[in-house]
Amino acid sequence: MSALESANKIKAKFGDLISEPSEFRCEITVKLADAEKIAEVCTYAKNDLDFNYLVDISSVDNYGDDPRWTIVYHLRGLRHGGELRIKTGVSEEKSEMPSVIGVWNTANWHEREIYDMMGIRFSGHPDLRRILMWEGYPYFPLRKDFPLAGKSSDLPGVAFTRVTPMEGGPFVTVPSNDEAVQREPRVRTPEGAERGVSDKRRVQK
Amino acid sequence: MQTQTEIGYNSKIEGDVIVTRVDAALNWFRKNSVWPMPMGLACCAIELMAAGASRFDISRFGSEVMRFSPRQSDCMIVAGTVTYKMAGAVKRIYDQMPEPKWVIAMGACASTGGMYRSYAVLQGVDNIVPVDIYISGCPPRPEAVLDALIKLQAKISKQPVLENINAYKLFTGAAKG
Repeated sequence: MSALESANKIKAKFGDLISEPSEFRCEITVKLADAEKIAEVCTYAKNDLDFNYLVDISSVDNYGDDPRWTIVYHLRGLRHGGELRIKTGVSEEKSEMPSVIGVWNTANWHEREIYDMMGIRFSGHPDLRRILMWEGYPYFPLRKDFPLAGKSSDLPGVAFTRVTPMEGGPFVTVPSNDEAVQREPRVRTPEGAERGVSDKRRVQK
Repeated sequence: MQTQTEIGYNSKIEGDVIVTRVDAALNWFRKNSVWPMPMGLACCAIELMAAGASRFDISRFGSEVMRFSPRQSDCMIVAGTVTYKMAGAVKRIYDQMPEPKWVIAMGACASTGGMYRSYAVLQGVDNIVPVDIYISGCPPRPEAVLDALIKLQAKISKQPVLENINAYKLFTGAAKG
């Protein structure tokens, strides 16, 4: 059974909740209209379509659009080798959806990571703590409105963070339309200083 | 038959007595048995392992005894990227080391944060602990680690023994009283 057949079976089972399967480079994606039904869809995919392996759950921040969050489930059947992707949207006001731990136990840490980085809660999760940052860190760093340099925070006795200087020094990406050599973070001679041996060698090449 | 003669000490003339200063003797002991605390956090730790292995052989400089307990070590070698989450642990391990103690920041990440300009990475371990020697490189070669160790030994040999320890306060206090 191919992934497309599986997607069509899900579509037949859940009807209007599931969009038409779309294909991109031999990979099949279906969209689920109501995030509250995710556990039921996943249960069906696992028990009846033999998708016994949850590869990953990822989250997308569509900053400025509604719904703001897209949650993507990557499914694989180890016996038949098919892969399927299920996408669903969650609004920013809600920022909560059901957990799929009851279907695949491995969803535990995936959901904790999404909660840690994006701030989306999973109802029914037995242990929804941060997994990469520490308990008490006040921000969700993979959101689009979170600056790359970070924000200052302090939890005495546990950890602190400071805003990172983003200019100066060799290890800085320079945004421009130049070639990669000019844009990449690599050793640069400060302006006004004499060029070093390594620079001369590079120019000669 | 050739006899070995070390500069400054001739056993035939001076017998079994050596006259020196306390500073020089204690610093000589210290600098030739700097036991490192290998704070391996990223890829620099692999080069640190190479520095400890037979090809580069850090034991030539008296530092072969890598101590994984801070209470038995003299010099913390911070090898790798220090994240904010790890920073508390690094600071705590440093605090547990007995005086006198030294810190080597190995590589770009430990020295300045390196290429990790992000919310998660401490921009240089000198934000939390006092660093004696910085090693450049990403990662530095084992020779650079040995060079840093030699430079640290030179620094130790010049250090006043009674500096920055409670014994100094006791000593001066007793002298006044």
